[in-house]
Amino acid sequence: MDRWEILLWVVLPYAAVAVFVTGHWFRYRRDQYGWGARSTQLLESRALRYGSNLFHLGALAAIGGHVMGILVPRSLTDAVGLGERSYHVIAGVGGLVAGGAATAGLLILVWRRAHYPRVRVTTTRMDVATFGLLAASILTGMWATIANVIDEALYRETVAPWFRGLLTLDPDPSLMAGVPLAFAVHVSIVWLLYALWPFSRLVHVWSIPIDYFRRSPISYRGAVGAARARR
Amino acid sequence: MRIRAQMGMVMNLDKCIGCHTCSVTCKNVWTNRRGTEYVWFNNVETKPGRGYPRDYEDQERWKGGWELDKHGRLRLRAGGKLKKLATIFHNPDLPTLDDYYEPWTYDYEHLISAPSSDVQPVAQPISQVTGDPLKLERGPNWDDDLAGSETSAALDVDRRGLEEQVRIEFEQAFMMYLPRICEHCINPSCVASCPSGAMYKREEDGIVLVDQEACRSWRYCVSGCPYKKVYFNWQTGKAEKCNLCYPRLEAGLPTVCSETCVGRLRHLGVVLIDSDRVEQAASVPDEHDLLQAQLSLFLDPEDPEVRAQARRDGIADDWIEAARRSPVYALAKRFGVALPLHPEYRTLPMVWYVPPLSPVESLIEHTLDPDAGADDVFGTIEQLRIPVEYLASFLSAGDPEPVRASLRRLMTMRAYMRAKNLHGEAEAQVAHDVGMSVEDLEEMYQQVAIADYHDRYVLPKRHGELSASVLVDQGACGIDFTQPGVQAPDPAGAAEGPAEDFDLRRYLVEPMRGEEGSPDGR
Repeated sequence: MDRWEILLWVVLPYAAVAVFVTGHWFRYRRDQYGWGARSTQLLESRALRYGSNLFHLGALAAIGGHVMGILVPRSLTDAVGLGERSYHVIAGVGGLVAGGAATAGLLILVWRRAHYPRVRVTTTRMDVATFGLLAASILTGMWATIANVIDEALYRETVAPWFRGLLTLDPDPSLMAGVPLAFAVHVSIVWLLYALWPFSRLVHVWSIPIDYFRRSPISYRGAVGAARARR
Repeated sequence: MRIRAQMGMVMNLDKCIGCHTCSVTCKNVWTNRRGTEYVWFNNVETKPGRGYPRDYEDQERWKGGWELDKHGRLRLRAGGKLKKLATIFHNPDLPTLDDYYEPWTYDYEHLISAPSSDVQPVAQPISQVTGDPLKLERGPNWDDDLAGSETSAALDVDRRGLEEQVRIEFEQAFMMYLPRICEHCINPSCVASCPSGAMYKREEDGIVLVDQEACRSWRYCVSGCPYKKVYFNWQTGKAEKCNLCYPRLEAGLPTVCSETCVGRLRHLGVVLIDSDRVEQAASVPDEHDLLQAQLSLFLDPEDPEVRAQARRDGIADDWIEAARRSPVYALAKRFGVALPLHPEYRTLPMVWYVPPLSPVESLIEHTLDPDAGADDVFGTIEQLRIPVEYLASFLSAGDPEPVRASLRRLMTMRAYMRAKNLHGEAEAQVAHDVGMSVEDLEEMYQQVAIADYHDRYVLPKRHGELSASVLVDQGACGIDFTQPGVQAPDPAGAAEGPAEDFDLRRYLVEPMRGEEGSPDGR
């Protein structure tokens, strides 16, 4: 087996996951103050309304699609009577809509960040890197989606089992040997995004306020003898 | 009954001269950092005027505070938790910087570095956010002293429906000042709006704070607060707000705004409240009953049973004693002259105001002869639709009666003390006419007219010895800084030295330094 294949399809994923996990652990412990979405809505609201909603909803839908395409094995969709043909249509249409929305949203957000000086000054180097990798991930993802619509690549036979192999600590890089370039590039870039994730503002994803639904409306914290209610 | 101690403030508006000293000293202490240039924990507004941020009182637009649903239950005006989660990517009710103002400084450097020329060099305004030249179109006190009132005071939200009465024509104009800080509400809608649970009320004194480490930048507190007294630090992406100078209060010192107030118009004190009935009080159907409902939460510290219960609920004896001497309790409940700001928001605010007589008096001067007796003045207060109704529009949910009652007592106090000073005696009947005893009236005089330091500020110290651990709450207290060691911008504009260690935070939160130089000379 090519050493590059092992590097790309075994070492890179596990290295990225290792950074992802330890990075989050480290940052959560050491940088609560920096942990958040760092919203810029105060500085510019109108473009954000379209950009942010399109991007977030598109990205969430795309993530849902990935879960369906990668984590759900083909045998399961076959078992529930979803044929290859209809799966392909659903994946293609869904992927184009979700990816299209995320792309449009991201373009608006990038334009907004560059165009409005107020937003520009709040941009950190980490933000530039994050935007760059996000854009690369989404654009290559669109490329793969479109390529897949034109010429069906049976990624559920290659990428998906390879990914599940990573999860079960039994990776088989040979599965990735013949995947179309679009998929290979997309997958590799996303690993880099994972490695960057814990150090970027993307950590806000893990702070979805689920607790809000359980908490009583008015929170009290006492100085005297009370345990501190955290997050 | 579960009793809590709640810190409160009363401002005597008759004494406010609009000097903004409170705002400036507050700013110098708390918000002179990058990201908070536009943040005024304390500001002073001219009424009639649009307020800060502009038109903040227009809850149809901003959806701050609480309302009753059709079953009479209390709910956030901005909608429920599901709606918040659905709009978390873009909060539709959030003001932008333009609703406040883009903070600016001046390009002073140009004054000394400009090349020789025939004309004087000019320091032009530059944005403190971007460093770019800025056309000044709005500011934190743009309509100070009715400046531009044709376009600003005319748009005052509180004037709606009273346009005919509250005239802004020059000859008939009146104005007053309204200093505002966070209300440290008993039923704070900002706390209820916070998805992260970062906002909380301190159990021991009711101060509302933002845990800077738990804040996740969802910004619903900013839109949820009807007073717009939670601000968003655009540099750190965290909410910040007035913390009632709790480090000073804990040491028995008044807030900075109070301490530096040249009019000595602020009073600080503790009120014992029945915390079990808060929701009930905030849910009374008629807005006009909210004042009485909130007053019913303020328990009488002279009642031995209240004191015994307070002790059982863990309130220290010196705090209970402070509650007995509390100027807030006295002015709000015993004397009944202080009123809450916009009780109709149902947040049960704890910064109250003694309504000003001065706009009333200025009208009396026009309509009565200078030697008019108290009776004439009373008659005038009764008849006046302005500015009583205008005051009522923001101090008593539009009900003129509490404002009239307060003004009547204040006038009576003046007449009574004047008679006593000039003639050596005064009729007790005048006090009884406004439902007060002579003792109360004289005590009220001591409180609102003499107002010695120790009468204005009755502040029991914090019982630090009872705290589980002081260090555990580090960072949770509403103050934090992006870089340890660099805590405030150097006003002289000295360049920052290189960081000593690699600090991840520099990458995560510090914006890039542009080649064209950074704003405000930093």
